Amino acid sequence: MKAGRRRPRVAVVIFPGSNCDRDTLAAVEATGGEAVPVWHRSRDLAGCGSVILPGGFSYGDYLRAGAMAAHSPVMAAVRRHAEAGRPVLGICNGFQMLLEIGLLPGAMLMNRTLRFICRDVHLRVERDDVPLLTHLQRGQVLRLPIAHKEGNWFAPPEVVREVESEGAVVLRYCTPGGGLDDGANPNGALNAIAGLVNSAGNVLGLMPHPERRVRGIVGGEDGTPLIRGLVEAA
Amino acid sequence: MRWDAPGTVELAREHGLSEEEYRRILDSLGRTPNLTELGIFAALWSEHCSYKSSRVHLRKLPTSGRRVVQGPGENAGVVDLGGGWVTVFKMESHNHPSFIEPYQGAATGVGGILRDIFTMGARPIMLLDSLRFGSLDAPRMPHLVDGVVRGIGDYGNCVGVPTVGGEVDFHPSYNGNVLVNAMCVGVARADGLFFGRASGPGNSVVYLGSKTGRDGIHGATMASDVFDESASEKRPTVQVGDPFTEKLLIECCLELMGKGLVVGIQDMGAAGLTSSAFEMAARAGCGLTLDLSLVPARERGMTPYELMLSESQERMLLVAAPSNVPGVLEVCHRWGLDAVEVGSVTAEPEVVATFEGREAFRLPVGPLVDDAPRYERPWVRPAPAAAVTLPPLHDRDWGADLRALLASPAFADTRPVWQQYDQSVGASTVVGPGADAALLLLPGTSIGVAGTTDCNALACGLDPFNGAAQAVAEAVRNLACVGAEPVGVTDCLNFGSPENPKVMGQFVAALEGMAEACRAFEVPVVSGNVSFYNETSGSAILPTPTVGMVGVVPEVRHRPRGTWREGEVLYLLGGVEGELGGSRFLQLVLGLEAGPVPAVDYAAESRAAAVVRGLVRQGLAAAKDLSDGGLAVAAAEMSGGTVGAELALPEGVAPARALFGEWRGGFLVAVEPENEQALVRACEGSPVNRLGAVGGSKLKIALGGNVLLDEPVEELEGLRENGLKWLSES
Repeated sequence: MKAGRRRPRVAVVIFPGSNCDRDTLAAVEATGGEAVPVWHRSRDLAGCGSVILPGGFSYGDYLRAGAMAAHSPVMAAVRRHAEAGRPVLGICNGFQMLLEIGLLPGAMLMNRTLRFICRDVHLRVERDDVPLLTHLQRGQVLRLPIAHKEGNWFAPPEVVREVESEGAVVLRYCTPGGGLDDGANPNGALNAIAGLVNSAGNVLGLMPHPERRVRGIVGGEDGTPLIRGLVEAA
Repeated sequence: MRWDAPGTVELAREHGLSEEEYRRILDSLGRTPNLTELGIFAALWSEHCSYKSSRVHLRKLPTSGRRVVQGPGENAGVVDLGGGWVTVFKMESHNHPSFIEPYQGAATGVGGILRDIFTMGARPIMLLDSLRFGSLDAPRMPHLVDGVVRGIGDYGNCVGVPTVGGEVDFHPSYNGNVLVNAMCVGVARADGLFFGRASGPGNSVVYLGSKTGRDGIHGATMASDVFDESASEKRPTVQVGDPFTEKLLIECCLELMGKGLVVGIQDMGAAGLTSSAFEMAARAGCGLTLDLSLVPARERGMTPYELMLSESQERMLLVAAPSNVPGVLEVCHRWGLDAVEVGSVTAEPEVVATFEGREAFRLPVGPLVDDAPRYERPWVRPAPAAAVTLPPLHDRDWGADLRALLASPAFADTRPVWQQYDQSVGASTVVGPGADAALLLLPGTSIGVAGTTDCNALACGLDPFNGAAQAVAEAVRNLACVGAEPVGVTDCLNFGSPENPKVMGQFVAALEGMAEACRAFEVPVVSGNVSFYNETSGSAILPTPTVGMVGVVPEVRHRPRGTWREGEVLYLLGGVEGELGGSRFLQLVLGLEAGPVPAVDYAAESRAAAVVRGLVRQGLAAAKDLSDGGLAVAAAEMSGGTVGAELALPEGVAPARALFGEWRGGFLVAVEPENEQALVRACEGSPVNRLGAVGGSKLKIALGGNVLLDEPVEELEGLRENGLKWLSES
């Protein structure tokens, strides 16, 4: 960032039970944005250009992951923001919320092991032609951690066909070399889908945690391009 | 029976109080207590709350030092980290509940230890778990392992505190009594600490958190008793956890403290409202009034007895100036938590409770807390295990021996356990589970905070004094492997019944060994927990004095690693031969739990640890300490299953002692060839041997031209991967 220039403002919504909000706020600041915490009862996004729904266990994931958060007052503002073509990023629990409010298609089932899984996975980048992905290249392989029990993306066959034909898939679980292999799919997600974007290209959801990887000392900087793309789009 | 019925001697006995203790209650009150008062005495005088059998011996531990901010006696210990930061940490057992109901028992163990940390004003940044299970073919054991792991995971994952370390071990002595020791490390600003003190007469007492239910009544007294065949009938005494409410409590309490709205605060742990009310009053030398009718209750018709003794989880008691109460309630309600003003602080040191408009009890604080009974239980000093005659150990298939060790659950890859735990939330995990110690960045800084838990219970069973001292030494070595200097210890002392003089003797000897080692390494013990009565039907567990040690790296510049890389050269710091007494080789290969456990050579250990610490901090070396399984196991682990190495042992050493000997206080260190000189210089005055170089796909160890073993590292890793694989499947 050049000195004196105003930093892009990014809202990070905090729900009761969010637990990646602090990491996400720090990651936004580390990539040049001004991170603005927004409480879930707020009815606006504090004038921010981009918004992140962070990971965690909103409402303890009781009922169903993301289901209660979908009814928080702030969600009306998030929907308006998305419909106006402004950037929205949902990470993990945030992705689950985007599915719950219908901004992205499909639903999350329990991982096929029926267990919580936290480990690094490899992800193949499938799109680089939307502003949010401007710092990534198609075919590139990222290494990021996942940490979830409900990340097994599922949809009826016609929705899967539509998602694929529209190029809505932005990230797929893959081998270190970028190959698709069932052994590289940690949770059983259909077509190894780890991240989706809407047709307008402004609403993106993913299960892995880019905000945890913006510093080499904690395991790499593969999360930086995703967060930076969102900050710059704000 | 009514809550205000007379508390008779029969009722006292049912509550686990002895006749002598009952007489003491009558003397201190000058009257017969009612049932509620009797229940309160029984809870606070239980072994779990009062430390009545251990207190006289716990004094032997060193608890002061230049970094110590708060020693034992508070909710957790506090040690200075420098730069205006302190670390707050403690370890606690949840053994009995976890055996009865593994999922909830382990989950609420995590919840309880988290509350001990954030109640001090610290943000929890890491969790570790030291777990002991019986043989996997013992009844219920796979169910217990699975339940404990799921319970720890579901709680820690939801609250968003990474679980980054600990240990898992197996021994038949835990068949009827598993151990779940949870440790939490938090950080705070030095001027932002809070204490569990109900000070300032006239101040308000506020109840915060979950409603009180009928769960967990008598938890503290249950934890102070041995098990018999009817253990499962005690299931109603196990509490049920709600990690979502805990997460709200963490954020709410830290906000209240950050805004200066709190005078004192404590969680309602064992013995619930009873312990928080009486302990907070005792620490401040004050008293409290409580209106029990105002306590948020989960069910209708709860009595004062139940309200005082419930161990419902996720509840706090806090003291605030009356003018701040509206502010406190506003913050609590914003977080969606129940918060009610239930009483006030008084100058008179007694707790007076009313219920439905009349007095429910009136009890002096002193007799219940400070003057609780203390026992000098009879004990017999254990005779350390003697040397045994071993079979000839020359022409063995050493490769097969190594395979046998690695295939045992004790050496299993613990990935199937910790991949169920969120290890990276907080985005500060530099070294996570599976390594010698965990290393995290203090949020927003480059200061490293390291943690490890260690205890070789097999060695403690053979020689409680040396075994406990060796546990401290191993913790020091583990911290060195991530470049950390030890700053403090928390302990979790798991033993059988203190009423058995042999068990009490193990306890005394282990405590003395731990005390000697902590003095020698200059690491004070600032918090801890004693868990007695870990026995079922008269059979006690191995003495298991678990050491939790915290270390600091002033500035983390390099990411420590525990595996070697192609092209590196390998050095052995410390003795080339170890001792076989109490070793895993004897236990798992020869089937002998025997042999002497050597004393710790503190000077040599300290020197070697300092060398490794320096090299790791500068990013010059990867290091692994030699402990369970000796050099051969350390080498197999450092290979990571990917790259092999060729090692040559110096002529004249005994193969078994060189390959599998333990207790030598050494490290296996890998450096790039250009850093060899730096390593040798750093080791000046200490024993160091160049063993070989990294390369190829096999681990080859030779002695004087004789190849002892030559095994593909991928296969060795495969053996380790199999041990607990079933845990990662559905």
